[in-house]
Amino acid sequence: MSVWRTPGGGRIDRTQRRKFRFDGRDYQGVAGDTLASALLANGVHLVGRSFKYHRPRGLLSAGAEEPNGLVTVRRDAARVTPNLRATQVELYEGLDALSQNRWPSLQFDVGRINDWLSPLFPAGFYYKTFMWPKGAWKSLYEPVIRRAAGLGVAPTEPDPDRYAQCYAHCDVLVAGGGAAGLAAALAAADEGARVILCDEQNEFGGALLSDPQATINGAGGQAWVDQALAELSANPRVTLLARTTAFGYFPHNLLGLNERLTDHLSAPPAGRARERLWQVRARSVVLATGAIERPVVFPGNDRPGILLAGAARTFLNRYGVRVGTRAVLVTAGDDAYQAALDLHAAGVSIAAVADLRPQAEGALPTAARRAGIEVLTSATVLGTLGGLRVNEIVLGELDGTGGVRRKRTVRCDAVLMSGGYTPSVHLFSQSRGKLAWNEPLQAFLPDRSAERERSVGACRGIYDLAGVIDDGFAAGAEAASGRSGRRRSVSAHSAGGDGSAFLGAVPLAGASSDKSFVDWQHDVTVKDLLLATREGFRSIEHVKRFTTTGMATDQGKTSNLNALSIVAGALEVPIPQVGLTSFRMPYTPTTFGSFAGASRGDLFDPVRKTPMHDWAATEGAVFEDVGLWKRARYFPRGGEGMHEAVARECLAVRSACGIFDASTLGKIEVVGADAAEFLNRLYVNNWSNLAVGRCRYGILCREDGFVYDDGVVARLAPDRFHVTTTTGGAARVLAMMEDYRQTEWPELAVWLASTTEQWAVIAVQGPKSRDLLQGLVEDIDIGAAALPHMSVAHGRICGVPGMVMRVSFSGELGFEVNVPADYGLGVWRAIHARGEKDITPYGTETMHVLRAEKGYIIVGQDTDGTVTPDDAGLAWAIGKSKADFVGKRSLQRASMHAPMRKQLVGLKSRDGRTILEEGAQVAEIPGQKPPMRLIGHVSSSYYSACLAHPIALALVAGGRARMGTTLYVPMPGGDIEVEVVPPVFYDPSGARIHA
Amino acid sequence: MLEPLARIPPAFSSTSWMNPLPPATRLLFFADRAARAAAAGAFPMPVTEEACRAHADGARACLWLGPDEYLLLAPAEPGAARVQAALTAAVGPLPHALVDISHRQVAFEIHGPLAAQILNGACALDLDPAGFPVGMCTRTALAKADVVLWRTEVHRFHVEVWRSFSPYVTALLTEIAGALPAAH
Repeated sequence: MSVWRTPGGGRIDRTQRRKFRFDGRDYQGVAGDTLASALLANGVHLVGRSFKYHRPRGLLSAGAEEPNGLVTVRRDAARVTPNLRATQVELYEGLDALSQNRWPSLQFDVGRINDWLSPLFPAGFYYKTFMWPKGAWKSLYEPVIRRAAGLGVAPTEPDPDRYAQCYAHCDVLVAGGGAAGLAAALAAADEGARVILCDEQNEFGGALLSDPQATINGAGGQAWVDQALAELSANPRVTLLARTTAFGYFPHNLLGLNERLTDHLSAPPAGRARERLWQVRARSVVLATGAIERPVVFPGNDRPGILLAGAARTFLNRYGVRVGTRAVLVTAGDDAYQAALDLHAAGVSIAAVADLRPQAEGALPTAARRAGIEVLTSATVLGTLGGLRVNEIVLGELDGTGGVRRKRTVRCDAVLMSGGYTPSVHLFSQSRGKLAWNEPLQAFLPDRSAERERSVGACRGIYDLAGVIDDGFAAGAEAASGRSGRRRSVSAHSAGGDGSAFLGAVPLAGASSDKSFVDWQHDVTVKDLLLATREGFRSIEHVKRFTTTGMATDQGKTSNLNALSIVAGALEVPIPQVGLTSFRMPYTPTTFGSFAGASRGDLFDPVRKTPMHDWAATEGAVFEDVGLWKRARYFPRGGEGMHEAVARECLAVRSACGIFDASTLGKIEVVGADAAEFLNRLYVNNWSNLAVGRCRYGILCREDGFVYDDGVVARLAPDRFHVTTTTGGAARVLAMMEDYRQTEWPELAVWLASTTEQWAVIAVQGPKSRDLLQGLVEDIDIGAAALPHMSVAHGRICGVPGMVMRVSFSGELGFEVNVPADYGLGVWRAIHARGEKDITPYGTETMHVLRAEKGYIIVGQDTDGTVTPDDAGLAWAIGKSKADFVGKRSLQRASMHAPMRKQLVGLKSRDGRTILEEGAQVAEIPGQKPPMRLIGHVSSSYYSACLAHPIALALVAGGRARMGTTLYVPMPGGDIEVEVVPPVFYDPSGARIHA
Repeated sequence: MLEPLARIPPAFSSTSWMNPLPPATRLLFFADRAARAAAAGAFPMPVTEEACRAHADGARACLWLGPDEYLLLAPAEPGAARVQAALTAAVGPLPHALVDISHRQVAFEIHGPLAAQILNGACALDLDPAGFPVGMCTRTALAKADVVLWRTEVHRFHVEVWRSFSPYVTALLTEIAGALPAAH
């Protein structure tokens, strides 16, 4: 095929070609490729520009840790996903990918100037530079920085894809499907456990997929993987989830898994979910998350063509791709020699192995020498050369006295590096487990668990294959059964696993003029870290924030330990003393769509509609959202705007009759022998003296004495109250009642039930309301004497059993007809039909105006959580003789009676026409300049068609003592003069209500 | 006497895995052990004290919702008042409470081999028959709506939901079912 693609081997299918595009150029790969391997198979190493310096970058890794190869994959204008790791993007026919962070092109990028100007941009540059002049931040610095910041471009169109979510439970969740995870899943399944095994890759097997030398039970590693998978998939109690990343570990063994369902398909079936978010509650968790190879920090270590040795081996063995023709290895351990041997066998010339150790005498180095590969010990790297691809590396030998000898330049097109392995403890750390520093392995390993979980294999520092599998068997069995002891065992062997490690920068790295990168994705160099220590930062948490090391989307997967080691070295303290930063979810970036799931559009929130909703919609009502409810706000006729419609509706109610849907009002039935006592203890009112068949306006305070809710309470029987609440307060009032009932007064024989939705409530209000209802109600006398204001009676309405409450929130003679909800629409229609021309449907806006004309408050509008009953002018409601009620002690505090508390008053514009803004401030002195002395605010304000002038309610300091005085509402156009008046504007005697 | 009006319950359509249940009589019954024992003469009461268990007898059922709180289900006719009267007479002076919530909620069934899987798209509970056996019932949440869930058969669940939440719940479950692999 090509110089890059090997003729055989690997997990790819060379017979199935896949055409794809990268930055507008057409390429070809094969089935089984990732975008990364397909690009390498075309000789393309240059895949991106670095974040800060815009240096050309190639692929560093072959997996989730990839810091450089971030690409945007585009299916159409709306399906654009930025910041995908090319190493995790499965190739499909027609894949269209773009590189990022470059302009105008990847090959020639203007931003590269940042690299040459980099002495001007040290770490902390922004903090120090953009302080002055102050005004320039908003106009200049921030816009420029914002444009330069960020990676990739978010799509602007709505995401058309579907995202599914589900909950699942299992006995054992295994995160990671390599050798350790497969072994754990097998052993857990042996115990009969319900098992979920997930792996972020498209197939299970982990490192075994890239390791043809591995043998298990005398056969190849892949054969063992295939057999394990056959066994697991035949077990109905095992769920296998490939392409599924365990991205988050939440309290009580709840794990978030992101399953990618269609991203690998060329043409995803329409309607199929793109991703599924699993929320898994696991009795026990096995973390088999493996380890990540560490780069070596040397000058110029970021040129395209320089990558991890293990990645080169994966590209070769799994994807059939040679990463170069002539490679140099830079290593501090034996494992990388296997990569050298594999590449050598595949026809790649190995120019040299530069081993940082003074000696390399293990089996693998010996085999390498035997294969004719030159091995340099006590080696160091002095620099690399090359524009868009490495073409030379400068090596030297440490002379033992701080210098180098035998400096030489080696021609190459690939440099493979290996600094040892960093166990992937991300999920363990997210679970709040404590890590401990392991000196021989030079690694942080899981120590004390916070959850019922265990780590197995490489993520806890076990690197040899036999040990890994045994560890998996033991942990899987124990996780499932709670007992130690395993039933399975294998004989296994693979190359490497010596656990040698090298941390930090190579010797003499500082002598080069080129940068030695520690964090590839955030462009953090050794120099930046040293600067941070010189600036006085001691904790890695502070160094991290100053330099941004480890703060990119890869969360420092390849960089954290090198950074720690460099900082520890500069401070001359042991690594654990510098600390380790915390890992956060998600392990790899996760789409917003996956978190949103179905909660978008119409399903974002429940939309609650009353039984009469459709009637109002047919009548052309304009609706408003009140909590989750849709409520008719007004019913415009013939081109009316809101103000005209509301004025007409108000006059109709005052002169004839209006009909209003009050079904959303919260309703709670309080039942039991102690019901009255219960309400006495909760509400400020006295309920003992409320007769059966009568209603009373109730006020509920919190313990702090401030108004929490209000509503009419009807006594239906000696032991039964029908409590109404505000629409928005229904749920919280019931919750508060239940709380007191269960925790404070369990001795009371009283029970609570929400009946909000049991009843449809039809408010019929206006002077003609009684006449209209006569004849529609049976066995209820609604005459003035039999059913006075604030009373209730049961009977039949339009033949339906229900109750009629004579209550009024409008200030007119009025009734609220309650019928079982299924009958609501029918009864509404009957009443409306009977009313003919005399009845006018009205909405919440009109209801608000009518109540404001009467000075009735709306909790939450005229109160704000700091208003006492007395502030609201409702002290009369308080049962003076009661020993206690919720809030009583707070109301006895002196400050609650201070004369200058804000009190509810009415305001009338002196000019008779200006409608005040709700929320506007109120001042005593006119013409003030800021900062003004303000004494209150407008809480409700409307034009009263009935009174033919604007009205407003306001909370004003010492308001009741200011009756008749003039105050000022400062507005941008000048002060508005207002007169302080009593809050009841209409029918102050209440004659109409009692009609 | 006026022409009796027809009931108009919230409408929703049935699918291969969901069907609405007809209007029913529903009462909340708050009672301690003694009152429940007394009530047994008028309505089927659970024989066990076990939490989250439903006791069905023909068309009537009593669902445990809390230590002293039960949901009584019965056919729509002859109506809540009759059931209430019978229970009140049976329980007599023992402390208890009855509240008619026949119209507060509606019910539907989720059935078929995917029933549990569909519900688990919005319900966080473990619906494995071992953890949530036939006869188990509980108050729980389907995404943002409170429901009462009762497993009547291995592959059949009875769901009670407040009427105004029923369009949301049924639309949500339809979306979930549509995204299941088996739907494609």
